Amino acid sequence: MAGTSDPHASAFSAAELEFLAEDEMIEIVPNLRMDALNFISGDFGPFRPQIPTQAPLWLAVALKKRGKCTIRAPEWMSVDKLTQVLEAERDSDKFQPLPFHYVEISRLLFDHAQGDIPDTYMVRSLIEDIKDVRFHKIGKGLESISGGGTFALKLKNLSAMEANIVRPFVTRALETFYKLSSSDMIQETDNAPNRQQTANRGPRRQLKDR
Amino acid sequence: MDSGAGESSAADDYESLMSTTDAELLKSAWRNEKAAPEILNYAADLVQRSRQQIQLMEEMVEDYINDGVDPLTVSLYQIDLDRTMFLLRSYLRTRLQKIEKYVFHIQKTAEEWNRLSKQEQKFASRFAGDIKHHLDQSVLSRLPDQYQSHLRQSAASEEDDMVPEPQLDSYVVCRSKKYLGTYQLNDGGEELINIEADDLYALPYKSIKPLVESGQVDLV
Repeated sequence: MAGTSDPHASAFSAAELEFLAEDEMIEIVPNLRMDALNFISGDFGPFRPQIPTQAPLWLAVALKKRGKCTIRAPEWMSVDKLTQVLEAERDSDKFQPLPFHYVEISRLLFDHAQGDIPDTYMVRSLIEDIKDVRFHKIGKGLESISGGGTFALKLKNLSAMEANIVRPFVTRALETFYKLSSSDMIQETDNAPNRQQTANRGPRRQLKDR
Repeated sequence: MDSGAGESSAADDYESLMSTTDAELLKSAWRNEKAAPEILNYAADLVQRSRQQIQLMEEMVEDYINDGVDPLTVSLYQIDLDRTMFLLRSYLRTRLQKIEKYVFHIQKTAEEWNRLSKQEQKFASRFAGDIKHHLDQSVLSRLPDQYQSHLRQSAASEEDDMVPEPQLDSYVVCRSKKYLGTYQLNDGGEELINIEADDLYALPYKSIKPLVESGQVDLV
């Protein structure tokens, strides 16, 4: 993904978003004894059997894969909380506050720690529903961006994955509006600063007539 | 980007600790560099420190393997090492890509040239030379005299209009850590928005360039 020539494509691949999400802290219950670990990314541990500790997600998943711990589902991942969020999403036009990386975190946990999440199927289907409702809202919200006036957009409570997916569309749409609206400005006023803007707008100008 | 207190601060909660560690700073620098349309300042100190830490780690892992330390611990250290190396490499690679894309513009503009590290400047000069040579050989030398410049469409052009420039008007999605109050978005003072903490905004990069440079907003 590093080789895309289109500057407006999603800046981050899904894998890179997951990489960023893996630094989020989560609670684990180790079943081994290990001294403190001094990583470049921080100091974690020491780990004692049956004593819950905080660890970054990547470490938790690594330990879990080797059977050295169980992962405690984060508290927002309970059936009750998620049902609340889902209902609030359906009722309101706004986005409900959710952990920024909720998509990536839930995906990682489902892939590696399914047994540690109570009511896995329920939780999974709730999260899917929440994702769908939010995407639908994003679509509706985008339809309502008006041509003349929109200069900036506030995307409150959007999560990382969602922002990354709409980024190409939103940025291109807003850029087009911006270009169209500034060229209107230029026709109205003949100010020098605006003229400088057009020079920078693109790499090529039309060839002058001889 | 402030060089932070590093890991030695006695802060108890991970939040404040995370926000000043080199790892967190490297992550921020990587994110911003990936999302910004133009090349940003080279975080020389940060890269230097990260390289030193990586080297220390590599030596440590070597020692652990030789001493027969528990392979689980060794593999965990290795994972952390791989993650940090990925960040560093990707950061440098993204910058190189931007240099390749905008090399002639960067050469012309002193401000942008100064954002490159010494090695990047060497790379940019060589790359520019190679590209120019290639273009000359394959196309430009066969065109009529007035069209032979790789910087201009023709000798009649007023400026170097064959040089691609970074689109500073590109929109980016950004987030601020703190409440910044009303912020003026463009020169005419027409657009004011309220920037609140932890909300995402889609704005032209140009408008928030100073905020990104001072580290107050992060590109997402």
